[in-house]
Amino acid sequence: MKEKIISIVESYGKDAYRLMDILSCVQSEFGCVSVEAVGVIAEQLHISEVDVIQTRSFYHFYTCRPVGKYAVYLNNSVVSCMMGMADVADEFEKQLGISFGESTPDALASLHYTACIGMSDQEPAAIINDVVFTSLTRDKVKNIIAGMRAGKAVAEMVTEYGDGNNANPLIKAMVKNNIKKTGPVIFDAHQTGAGLAKALGMEPKSVIGEIKESNLRGRGGAGFPTGLKWDFCSRESGDKYVLCNADEGEPGTFKDRVLMTERSEMLFEGMAIGGYAIGAKEGILYVRKEYKYLKAFLENTLKEMYGKNLLGKNILGKGIDFDIRIQFGAGAYVCGEESGLIESCEGKRGEPRNRPPFPAQKGYKSKPSIVNNVETFCSVARILDKGGAWHNALGTKESSGTKVISVSGDCKAPGIYEIQWGMSIQEMLDMVGAEDVQAVQVAGPSGICLPPSQFDRKIALEDLPTGGSMIVIGKKRDLIKDVVLNFMDFFADESCGSCVTCRSFNMILKKAIEKVVEGNAIKKDLENMLAWSEILRKTTRCGLGQTSSNPVATTISNFRELYDARVHDQDYHSEFDMHKAVLESCEVVGREPKVHE
Amino acid sequence: MSETVKFTIDGKECAGTKGQCIVDAATDNGIYIPVLCHMRDVVPAGSCRICTVNVNGRKMAACTTPVEDGMVVENNTPELTDIRKAIVEMLFVEGNHFCPACEKSGNCDLQGLGYKYQMMVPRFPYAFERRDIDATTPKIYLERNRCIFCKRCVRMIKDSEGRSIFAFKGRGKTLQINIDRKLAATMSDELAQKAMDICPVGCILKKEVGFKDPIGSRKYDKKPIGSDIENIHQ
Repeated sequence: MKEKIISIVESYGKDAYRLMDILSCVQSEFGCVSVEAVGVIAEQLHISEVDVIQTRSFYHFYTCRPVGKYAVYLNNSVVSCMMGMADVADEFEKQLGISFGESTPDALASLHYTACIGMSDQEPAAIINDVVFTSLTRDKVKNIIAGMRAGKAVAEMVTEYGDGNNANPLIKAMVKNNIKKTGPVIFDAHQTGAGLAKALGMEPKSVIGEIKESNLRGRGGAGFPTGLKWDFCSRESGDKYVLCNADEGEPGTFKDRVLMTERSEMLFEGMAIGGYAIGAKEGILYVRKEYKYLKAFLENTLKEMYGKNLLGKNILGKGIDFDIRIQFGAGAYVCGEESGLIESCEGKRGEPRNRPPFPAQKGYKSKPSIVNNVETFCSVARILDKGGAWHNALGTKESSGTKVISVSGDCKAPGIYEIQWGMSIQEMLDMVGAEDVQAVQVAGPSGICLPPSQFDRKIALEDLPTGGSMIVIGKKRDLIKDVVLNFMDFFADESCGSCVTCRSFNMILKKAIEKVVEGNAIKKDLENMLAWSEILRKTTRCGLGQTSSNPVATTISNFRELYDARVHDQDYHSEFDMHKAVLESCEVVGREPKVHE
Repeated sequence: MSETVKFTIDGKECAGTKGQCIVDAATDNGIYIPVLCHMRDVVPAGSCRICTVNVNGRKMAACTTPVEDGMVVENNTPELTDIRKAIVEMLFVEGNHFCPACEKSGNCDLQGLGYKYQMMVPRFPYAFERRDIDATTPKIYLERNRCIFCKRCVRMIKDSEGRSIFAFKGRGKTLQINIDRKLAATMSDELAQKAMDICPVGCILKKEVGFKDPIGSRKYDKKPIGSDIENIHQ
C-alpha cells in the first residue's frame, strides 16, 4: 500500500495544493483513506497528519473506513424523496440485509445517503462507483444487486443510454438531458472558437467592455455583474487564475450538468476568453464529484480544443497562452461558494474565506482570480460572438440575456428550459405542465418558498433571483415535514461549521422544525424561529449561513396557516411523553404503570 | 509612516491606521468590542461572530473588517447586545460547560462574556453532545466539551517546521478540534503553556498544572472582561 500511495503523491509532484486529487486517488484505489494512508500522505507532503485529516473529513466522499466494493450513494434530497426514494432505499436494505450507513459483512456493498446529485428530473437516483443510476424502482434495484452478486463491473449494469452526448462512448450514461426549451444564448448553434477568435482580435479592455455592455450577471445565483468582476481582477498584476464553478450543489439544480454534457466547448471557450480579458494563463474547472462520470468526456473535449489551437500555447497564432485543468470536488455543498471553492482547489477544507480581500485581489494561491459559473462562461462565448448589445437587448432591463432553469418536482415535464428573464412563475408552471401546485421553491433551499398568491412574480434578478433551481411542490405534499425539515437537515450537514451561528443555528432550527412536526411546538416557538433566523442571517460570513434559515423563515411567513394548524396555542407544552419514556422498561417487566394524567 | 484614518464608534471620534481591523482600532481608542477568536497580530478567523458591529448600517465582523476614513461604526445597540448574548448562550448550549469544575474558571473569556451579558438561562435548547477528551499526548489534555472552535490554536500553534499541531476535523454538526499526536509529542513546555494560554476557554489544558490561580486572583475575579481596555484612556 505504501509504495502505491507514494507513487500517487509523486504523480502530483508532492504538491500539498493537490491534496484533493491525492485523496481521491487513494479513496478509489483502496476504498478509503485509512489512518495508515493519512500517515504516508502526511509524511510525503511534509505536512502534519491533522492537516490531511482536516481535508479528508470535510468531504463526504472520502471515508476513513472502507466502503464496499460497490458503494451505493442514494440521493435523499427533497425531490428524490418526493419521487419514491423510501421504497428504493427499502429495497436496497432488504436485498443486501444491511441498513444505510453500513457495509455487507463480505464487503460486497455499502449503502450511503448523499445530498442532491443533480438528477432531480430523473429521481430517485443513486451513484454507484461514479456511475449514475436514474429513475430507480424496486425492480431496478433487484437487477443492480443481482449484477453486484454476479461480479459485474458497474458500467456493465447500464444498458440504456440517455440522449445527446450521454450516449457518447466516453460517457455512456443512462442520464437524460431533458432539454425542453432552447434559447438564443446557450442552446442555439455555436461555431466553437467564434467568440474566442473575435476576443483575440480585440484589446483585453475591449473584451471586458463588451461583457459590461452585455450587462451579463453571474448565473450561479448571486447575480454579480461579470464585467465588473473581471475589471477588478484585470487591474491587479502578476499571475492570475480563471476558475469555473461547476460545483452546482443547490438541491434541485442540474443545468450545469447538462451544459457540461452538451456545451463543454462553449464553456472552455468562455474560460479562455476570461483568461485573455484579465491576463491569466491558467484556468481550473472545479467539478463536483457527483459528475465524475463526465471526466473522460470533458478531458477529451479539452484535448480536441488543444488540437484546434483554441487552448494551449500561442492560441490561434495570437501569442496568447491558456491552459485548463479539471479539479474534482468530493462532496461538499459549501464549495459552491467561490472562496470555499478556492480553498478546496488548494487542497483544504472548503471553508469560505473572510472578505476582504476578495478573490479578484487574492484568490487561488493568493493570486488575483475570477470565479464564474458554467452558464456564465457559456454566455461569454456567445456574447463575444454576437456582441454585448445583442445580449443586452434580451430579457429585462436589469437581467439581460436568458436563464437556464432546472425544473423538477410535481410537474409533467421536468427538465431544462432556457427562458427569457422576466417570465412569471405562473407562466413557468403552465410551460412545465404543473397543476394543483401548493408552492414553488425558487432557487433551491437557499431561496424562497413561494405561495400561489405570489405566482405572478417574475423570474429576474430584480424580483426572484435564481441560480436555476425550481422545485414544484404539489398540494399532496406535507410542506413542513417533506420539504422544510429535509432542507434544514441538509444545511445542518453542509455548514462548514466555522461560524458559531451557522454551525449551531442550523441544528437548532432543524430541531425546532422537528418539534413542530412531532406536534410539540407552541406559538412562541414560531416567533423564536423567526427571531433566530434573523440573527443567523445577519451574523455569518458566507452565503450559506445568510440564506440557510430561508426554508424556515419563508414558510412561516408564506404558509403560516400550516404552522398554526400544528402548534399549540398555549404558553407551555411539555415535550415529555411518559408512555414513551417507560416503554422500554415496560417491555422488560411486562406490565404498564398507572399514569395519572 | 502608515496612513491615519478617522472614523466614529457610537459617535465617538476615533483614529486608526489604514488596514487595521475595527477591533484593534477600537481597543487603541479605549473601546471594547468583545472577541473570542480574535487576537492581535494573528490572521483573523472571523468565526465566533461575537464582534459583530454595524458598519455604515450593515452587520460586519469587526475582526475582519478594516477601518476606513469616515466609517460609522455602532458597537453598543440593544440589537447588537442581544445578538452577542445569543452567541454566548449558543456556545453554552452547544458544548458542555460546567464552570465550577473547570480549570479555566475565572480566566475564561466565554465565562467572562456570560457575566458581561448577564446570561441566566439560555434561550436555546441544550444539545448535550457527546464529545470525547483526548489525553493521549504527553503535555496536553484536549477537553473537547469546552471547545468553541475559535481556531486560535489552529492558527498559532505550529511545530518547529511550521506544521499544524491542531486542526479541525469534520464539518457542521460533526466538527471537532483535533490534535496531531506525533507532533504534539514534540511540544516544549513553553509551547504547551502558550497553547493553554491562548485558548479562550478550558479546552486546551497543560497537564499537571490544574487550578493554579486561587479564587480571588484570577483574571476576571475582580474586574469584568473588557474593563482593562475601557480604562486605558480614563
